[in-house]
Amino acid sequence: MAILEVKNIRKSFGKNDILKGIDFSLEKGEVLSIIGSSGSGKTTLLRCLNFLEFAETGTISVNGEIIYDGEANAYLSDSQIREKRLHFGLVFQSFNLFPQYNVLKNITLAPSLMKRDTPEAIEKMARELIHRVGLHDRIYNYPCELSGGQQQRVAIARALALNPDILCFDEPTSALDPELTGEVLKVIKELKDTGCTMIVVTHEMEFAKNVSDKVIFMADGIIEEMGDSKQIFENPESEKTRSFLSKSLEK
Amino acid sequence: MEKFISVTLDLAKGFGTTLEIFALTLLFAFPLGLLISFGSMSKFKPLRWLVKTFVWIIRGTPLMLQLIIIYYGPGLIFEWDLLPRFTAVMVAFVINYSCYFSEIYRGGIESISRGQYEAGQVLGMTKPQIFFKVILLQVVKKIVPPMSNEIITLVKDTSLARIIAVYEIIWNAQSYIKLEGLIWPLFYTGAFYLLFSGILTLLFGFIEKKMNYFRG
Repeated sequence: MAILEVKNIRKSFGKNDILKGIDFSLEKGEVLSIIGSSGSGKTTLLRCLNFLEFAETGTISVNGEIIYDGEANAYLSDSQIREKRLHFGLVFQSFNLFPQYNVLKNITLAPSLMKRDTPEAIEKMARELIHRVGLHDRIYNYPCELSGGQQQRVAIARALALNPDILCFDEPTSALDPELTGEVLKVIKELKDTGCTMIVVTHEMEFAKNVSDKVIFMADGIIEEMGDSKQIFENPESEKTRSFLSKSLEK
Repeated sequence: MEKFISVTLDLAKGFGTTLEIFALTLLFAFPLGLLISFGSMSKFKPLRWLVKTFVWIIRGTPLMLQLIIIYYGPGLIFEWDLLPRFTAVMVAFVINYSCYFSEIYRGGIESISRGQYEAGQVLGMTKPQIFFKVILLQVVKKIVPPMSNEIITLVKDTSLARIIAVYEIIWNAQSYIKLEGLIWPLFYTGAFYLLFSGILTLLFGFIEKKMNYFRG
């Protein structure tokens, strides 16, 4: 059974149709990359999955259970939305760490507020996560004392701390200097090896090609082409995909 | 010398009233200002416009005029009894400073990036949790400089209370001119203001330094 099933997601802002019916599904442990030019709706799709935007139509199912239905769920209460959000984690392009808290507190804050566990257990879990993203010598540092790559790794640990079913990344390396993207991509790759289900909106074609199982190419609010990464990169069917890839790989 | 000491003590007594106006204004205007700033950022348009108009009126007219209206107005218009002088001063100062503070709060709150709210949201935090645990301290850091400016202005604005005969330090000093023909006590009040605003300046410098550990 698919861990995530998205059907007919539509979203518009005013008169602009951003998403014009998106369908896809994802198996547990799979990594999906979403590629496409700016304005194709990639980020909006991710934001709909995390309920930062609300799709006007369509359904989102996790583990076979419909958690969102655009027509029926027009009036979700705040607490219902919060509960549904927790199926997903989101790592932002601009990290969005909480500047006034050190690395440890950034990670423990949300689980502590939810009283998910004892404070000791939450801290232990946070320390393990910090270790996992390779920042054990930065536990008590504040975000402003970290490089962009380190900040993004903290953001990944922070999202993992809530144990989401699916972890989403919104262009996780776009705000980083080229020499720092590697360390973030490496962490994402390691997560894949531990069986983490992930959706990555990215401009890193090498990463999409080598790490992801599935690739979606979006253009003008629809899925222009979808398939396993090998097929998309080596044998794209659509003309649009081909021209996008040849332009992207030139760089 | 004896005169100097007695004048000092007398002025200090007046300055006590000054400090009282100062402290009570802050006590009430800090929370009320936050409430007004929420109103001026409300998604409910009529409320937003109402609050914004109110802030415009209060910030657009002199505090001295507001003092006079609040003290004499109710009596002249409705033939009510006059408020006690000190109460009238407090009402005018609290309303006036709440409006100024609300604009400072608003600037601070609106300067926090949307990403901070969204990060809290995707981590399953409630709206109050996001505001109090994530946003507030960042806002405080942002508003310390404009707030300290406004608070130091308040120290000096308290002297307007004398316009409706509340016996603060300037009133006390002026009575020496009338009764004894002494002008120097009036100049001497400056020392009190300077001393106090000096202490405040040091305090705000300390707070700013305290919050330098993060960049928001």
